[in-house]
Amino acid sequence: MNSIILRTASNYLLPMLILFSVFVLLRGHYEPGGGFVGGLVAAIAFVLHSFAHGLKETRRFLRIHPGVFIPIGLSLSLISAVVPMFAGQSLMTGLWFNEPVPVIGLIGSALFFELGVYFVVFGVTLSMLFTITESV
Amino acid sequence: MLIAVLSGILFALLFLFFRLQNGWLRFIPAFLPLSLLIYFSTWLPEVTGGQEILFKYSWIPAMGVNLDFKLDGLAMLFSLMITGIGTLVYIYAAAYLSDRSQIHKFFSCLSLFMAAMLGLVLSDNLLVLFIFWELTSISSFFLIGWNTKEEASRKSAVLALAITGGGGFLLLAGVLLMGNVGSSYSIQALTAASATLKQHSSYVLMLCFVFAGAFTKSAMFPFHFWLPGAMKAPTPVSAYLHSATMVKAGIYLLFRLSPVLGGEPLWNYTLMIVGGFTLLYASFQSLFRTDLKGVLAYSTIAALGLIVLLIGIGTTESFLAAAVFILVHALYKAALFLCTGIIDHAVHSRDLTKLSGLRKIMMPVAIAAGIAALSSAGIPFTFGFIGKDLIYEATMHTGMLAIQLTGLVLVANILLSYAGYIAGFRPFAGALPEAYADTAKPGFLLWGPPALLAVLSLFFGFFPALSSPLVNAVVSAAGGNPALPDLKLWHGFNLILLLSGVTVVGGFLLYLLRKPADSQLQFMDRFEPFSARSFFLGLAEGIKKISHYFTCKLQNGYLRNYMITIISFLLILLCWKLVKLIPNSIDFSTMTPVSMYDVVILVMMVSAIFVLMFTSSRLTSIISLSIVGYSICLLFVFYGAPDLAMTQFTIDTLTAVLFMLILLKLPPFLTLTNKAIKIRDAIISAIFGGVISMIAFLVLQEPTHKTISRFYADNAYSLAKGKNVVNVILVDFRGSDTLIEITVLTIAALGVYSMLKLKISSSEKE
Repeated sequence: MNSIILRTASNYLLPMLILFSVFVLLRGHYEPGGGFVGGLVAAIAFVLHSFAHGLKETRRFLRIHPGVFIPIGLSLSLISAVVPMFAGQSLMTGLWFNEPVPVIGLIGSALFFELGVYFVVFGVTLSMLFTITESV
Repeated sequence: MLIAVLSGILFALLFLFFRLQNGWLRFIPAFLPLSLLIYFSTWLPEVTGGQEILFKYSWIPAMGVNLDFKLDGLAMLFSLMITGIGTLVYIYAAAYLSDRSQIHKFFSCLSLFMAAMLGLVLSDNLLVLFIFWELTSISSFFLIGWNTKEEASRKSAVLALAITGGGGFLLLAGVLLMGNVGSSYSIQALTAASATLKQHSSYVLMLCFVFAGAFTKSAMFPFHFWLPGAMKAPTPVSAYLHSATMVKAGIYLLFRLSPVLGGEPLWNYTLMIVGGFTLLYASFQSLFRTDLKGVLAYSTIAALGLIVLLIGIGTTESFLAAAVFILVHALYKAALFLCTGIIDHAVHSRDLTKLSGLRKIMMPVAIAAGIAALSSAGIPFTFGFIGKDLIYEATMHTGMLAIQLTGLVLVANILLSYAGYIAGFRPFAGALPEAYADTAKPGFLLWGPPALLAVLSLFFGFFPALSSPLVNAVVSAAGGNPALPDLKLWHGFNLILLLSGVTVVGGFLLYLLRKPADSQLQFMDRFEPFSARSFFLGLAEGIKKISHYFTCKLQNGYLRNYMITIISFLLILLCWKLVKLIPNSIDFSTMTPVSMYDVVILVMMVSAIFVLMFTSSRLTSIISLSIVGYSICLLFVFYGAPDLAMTQFTIDTLTAVLFMLILLKLPPFLTLTNKAIKIRDAIISAIFGGVISMIAFLVLQEPTHKTISRFYADNAYSLAKGKNVVNVILVDFRGSDTLIEITVLTIAALGVYSMLKLKISSSEKE
C-alpha cells in the first residue's frame, strides 16, 4: 500500500505499539494482559510496518529472522521453569525477589516465563505471516 | 552418584563442542568410562558385603518420580560391565574409526548411551528406568545408523528403533499399571507389595506389557530380527551395545522384576518357553551364516535366550547360572566382536568362506579370539567352563522338566560352541590367501582390548572364587538364597562334567565336519517369506497403505470437505451421547435477563452472517466474518472476561490481515456449489448449531462445582503473588500446560515455514 499517511503513521506507531505490548506484558500479573496478548500486539506492530513499507523494508528493519525469537522464548520459559529445581524446589515453583523494582513491580520467575511466551508468540506469528506473504 | 550417572550426558555435549579428533587427543574420551569404572569399583566391598547403597534425589516428587539410585549386586554387575567394556570399546573405537572428522559425534552418542545404560541399571524408580530405557533405544538408533550414506544401515536403524521403541511403549503401560496397583513406582516398595500385585486381576496384563518390553529389547523370538540388522553399525558399537550391554537391558529388567512379579507359573513358563525356543532357533540359525558378524549376532540371540530361560527356571541355582553366564558371555562375545572388527578393518571382508590363515599377519588377535572361542565352548580353565557347569546344574534340578530342559540346552550349547569355534578359529586357521599377504599389522590399541577381555576370561576360569562375592550379591538381589558356596573349578567326575565334555567335543566335531558355504545361506533364504521379519515388514507396509488410502479419502485438499468431515464426525459423537441427556424443559429463571447490549450485538452478528452467506465478493465476506469475531469479543467484555476479549481482538485482527494478504493472489470468485450441496450444508450447519446451543443450555442446567475456581481465586495472590487470576493460572498454577502450548505453537510455525519454503522437484516427490 503506497500511502504517505500510513507510512508516516506507522513510523510513529511502531515504537508506540511495542511499548504498549511491553506494558501489556508487565501488567498481566495484576490486571488484564499477559505475554500472549503482548506478543500478538508486538507482532501487529511489525505487520502494520510491513503493510506501509513493504515486507523487505520490515525485514531489513528487524535485521534478524523473526523465527530466531522462537527458540529464545522457548528456552527462556523452560529455564524459568527449571530454575526452581536448583533452589531445591519442584519444577515451576514461583520464585520471587522480596523488594519490588520501580516501574516493573515484583520480579519473579513467572515474569521470565511470560517473557518467554511473549517471544514465542511474537516469533511464531511473524514468521508465519511473513512466510505466507512471501509465498503467495 | 547423580553426577556419575549423568556425567555421560554432560560429556556427550562437551565432546560435541570440543572436537578431540587429532592424534592422541581422540583417546581422551576413554577416561570417562575409566573413571566411572574406578568409581563403581570403590563400592565393591560394601556391595559384595551384602549392602544395598541408596542415593535419593527428588525430581518430581508430586508425581512420584524421583531419581532414586540403588547400587546392589545386580546393578553393580551391570555397572562394571558397562563401564569396563565401555573403557575398552572407547579405546578400540578411537583406533578403529577411520573417518576422524566425525569421531567426536561418535563419542558423543556413545557417552549418551553409556549414561542411559547406567541410569537404567541403577534406577530404583520404574518411571526413571523407563526414561533411561528409551534413551538407550534412541542413542542406539544413532549408532546403528552411523553410516548415514548406506541405505541398509539407515533401514536397520529405523527397524531397530521401531521394534525396541514399540516395546518400550508397552513397557510404559506395564510400568504405569504396576505403579497404580502397587501405589508406588519404587522397585523396593513394589517388591514389598509383590503379593498384592500377583493377586491383582490385571497381573496377566502387567506381565504381557513387561514381557513385551523385555523381549523386544533383548531380541527374543519373534522380535529377534532387529539384532542381526543392527550389525550394520560399526563393530565397536556391535560389541558394546548389541552383545555386552544394551540387549541385556531386557534381561536386567526380568532379573530386577523377578522378586516383584516372578514366582508364578505364568511368569516361569512363559520365560522358559520363549527363552528356550529363542535359544534353539537362534543357535540353529547361526549354523547357516557366512558373515562373521551374522554368526555372532545369532549366537548372541541364542545366549540371550539361554539367560531368559535360566531366569524363568527361577531357582537360586538358575539365578547363579544366569549371573555367571551374563559375565562369561559379555567377556567372550565382546572379545570375538572386537576381533571381527580387526579382521574387517584389515582385509575388508567378513566372509567366512573366504577368510583363512590370518594368524600369520595378526597373531595376537588370533590368540585373543582363540581364547574367547574356548571360553564360549566351555573348555576347562576358562570362565565359560564354570558357566556351562552351572547351567547344566540348574537345568538338571528343575524337577519334572529336567530331562527336556537339559537336552534342549545340550543341543543348543553344542551349536553355540560350534559358532564360537567358527568365529574364533576359522578365519585364522589354514593357509593365508595371497591377496591378504601384504596387509598391515593391526596396532596394539586395536588388539589390546580383545586380548585383555580374553585374559580376563582365563583369569576368572582359573580363579572362579574371585567372582563369587559379586555373583552371589546378584543372586540375592534377584530374590535367591544369598548363602551360596564359592564357585569352584572342579566338582569331581559326575554327569555335569560328562555333559560339558559332550558339548565341547560335539561342537568341535561339528566344526571339523561343516564348512560354511553360500549354498546353505541360500537354502535358509527360502524360508525368509515365512519369517517374523517378513511378517513385521509386511505389517508396516500394510499400515502405510491403509494410511495412504485414508489420507487420500479424508484429506483431499478441499477445505470445505475437511469442515464437513470434522463437523459430521463431531455431530455423530455428540448426538450419540446427548440423546439420553435432553432435558424436558429449560429453566430460564436462573439466567440473566437479556439486556439491550445483547440484542444489539445479536442483531449485528446475524446480519453479518447473512451478508456473508449471500455476498459474491471476497472482501465483503472477510469483513463480515471479522464483524462476527469482534461481536463475540464484545460479548466477552460484557460478561467479564477482559483477558479473553483482548486476545480474541488481536487474533481476529491478525486473521483478517492474513486473509487480506492471500486475497489479492486468489483466482476470481467462482461458484462451486449447486442447490443440492447448499441444502446439504444448510442442514448440517443447522443441526450443528442446534446441538451446540443444546450443550450450552445443558451446561447451565448442571450444578457447577466451584471448588477449583474458588481455590484459584483464593490462592492466586498468596501463592503466586498475582491479582489477575486468569493470568496466574496460565503462568503458575497450570504453567506446564502453557509451556507445552508454546511448544505446539513452535511446531506449527516450523510446519508452516517448512511446507511453504520447501521446494520439491517433481522427481523427488515419490
